[in-house]
Amino acid sequence: MLVLVLDSATPAVTAAVVEVGEPGVGDPGVVVRAGRSAVDARAHGELLAPQVDSVLREIGARPRDLAAIVAGLGPGPFTGLRVGLVTAAGMGQALDIPTYGVCSLDALGWSAARVNGPGRAAPGKVLAATDARRREIYWAVYADRVRVTEPQVGRPVDVAAAVARMGVLSAIGEGAHKYAAVLPLALLDEPRYPTAEALAALAAERVRAGRPGERLTPLYLRRPDAVAAAGRKPVLQA
Amino acid sequence: MADEPLVLGIETSCDETGVGVVRGHTLLADALASSVDEHARFGGVVPEVASRAHLEAIVPTMRRALDEAGVTLADVDAIAVTAGPGLAGALLVGVAAAKGYAVAAEKPIYGVNHLAAHVAVDRLEHGPLPEPAIALLVSGGHSSLLLVDDLAGGVQPLGATIDDAAGEAFDKVARLLGLPFPGGPPIDRAAREGEPDAIGFPRGLTAPKDLAAHRFDFSFSGLKTAVARWVEARERAGEPVPVPDVAASFQEAVCDVLTAKAIDACRAHGIGTLVIGGGVAANSRLRALAEDRCAKHGITVRVPRPKLCTDNGAMVAALGSHLVAAGVAPSRLDLPADSAMPLTVVSV
Repeated sequence: MLVLVLDSATPAVTAAVVEVGEPGVGDPGVVVRAGRSAVDARAHGELLAPQVDSVLREIGARPRDLAAIVAGLGPGPFTGLRVGLVTAAGMGQALDIPTYGVCSLDALGWSAARVNGPGRAAPGKVLAATDARRREIYWAVYADRVRVTEPQVGRPVDVAAAVARMGVLSAIGEGAHKYAAVLPLALLDEPRYPTAEALAALAAERVRAGRPGERLTPLYLRRPDAVAAAGRKPVLQA
Repeated sequence: MADEPLVLGIETSCDETGVGVVRGHTLLADALASSVDEHARFGGVVPEVASRAHLEAIVPTMRRALDEAGVTLADVDAIAVTAGPGLAGALLVGVAAAKGYAVAAEKPIYGVNHLAAHVAVDRLEHGPLPEPAIALLVSGGHSSLLLVDDLAGGVQPLGATIDDAAGEAFDKVARLLGLPFPGGPPIDRAAREGEPDAIGFPRGLTAPKDLAAHRFDFSFSGLKTAVARWVEARERAGEPVPVPDVAASFQEAVCDVLTAKAIDACRAHGIGTLVIGGGVAANSRLRALAEDRCAKHGITVRVPRPKLCTDNGAMVAALGSHLVAAGVAPSRLDLPADSAMPLTVVSV
């Protein structure tokens, strides 16, 4: 089954067409047929749709050949994150195919176990972190691909204290790299951003089972910046 | 006619999520979801709140529009979307959605100018717009006078507000009178019980010295402050504030300047058609005064019904349909949302 995978939760904007087949031992059963990823935090809106168009063309597929769409739900900077989700939702509606959401940090958690070799145990607990701007990171902790904390947003120094208490040894993701000086963890070099393979693998079971499509609700983790209207300021001199 | 272009329009430049469907000059659907109630307690539109609401609303609004029009995405000839001007994050939701629909349905996409769409929507109500025409666009974000030579090719800005937009002045005055947000409808209602000449509020940029440099520009900031000073002076003196008179007099000052300058623009350019659009065009006094004054000068005034004056998807579809019929090339898939899109650009 051909599945379109989109993620725009980090400075990387990613589109890929993935073949989802049957899994084997140490094999998630997903093959990336064509993928594009560009790192430009300010151009998600410009980059994503041409990427989708180009991955489909590369394998000679039409949009109607897609069986499902998988999208990274974040957490991530809001404006860019919405680009991926609304593109996925619109395409899903237009094609009348299901959409499935995956926490973008989970993709990094999945990759952390993967980069140590299929079938090999992950090196204890792993921190997955992406840049949340404002000197904060989005983060979650994984034990052998299973998320053991809720996705959160916080200051690197506070995250360092939290993961120390949890016995986390290593870290993955651009957020971990950016704040390596504050996070005393062994850094996994790649991937820095959620990969299409990981996102597809995390949704593959739902895709194969033909589960009902999901509404793609972003993991914002922060409220909008807005303050209720204050009393009016006087214009006359006292 | 079946061979006229069938175009879908998406609008998300501010707090309204709109999807409209138009065939030629015929409105087939105009579905709208508004986040206005979510902004009320902030006294104005909060961009991030609007963006979040657009993301939630776009799919169901699209569903309603297609159902209402009785068409599918496969039937449409093109998808038009507001590319600007407007709130950057809000625009981006609509543009990205439109691209998703366009890629999936393999349709051309037109990224269009929101203000030109406010002009184009009148075609749905009054048929083709005679060109050249003068357009007065007044909303919470804009107050502009335009010379429309060729709506498909570009419009020429004649003037604009140098400070607050007219709709913004309505919001601010409503707030100081204790009326709800958005301020346009409650002021319009309150004004019906008041005297428009009860208080002589200033008419911005109408003095001879201002007209030299700002003949077709507007200013509403001084008016807003004058209303605030008048109201505060009453309150300090312990006197009640006659809300209907303040509302009527304020509204009269705004409508007086808007119509006077619009008619001056028509006469200066020898143009016999004035089209008014934007949310403030829903104001009953502006409509009545424009009709009175235009009639006296032999100018035909065209104002769409209020629902088409405020932001909606049909206006975007109306402009898109005009562009398709005029043979304008579609936009590229990498078209950006442009919060400051200039008026001279009708489609990108």
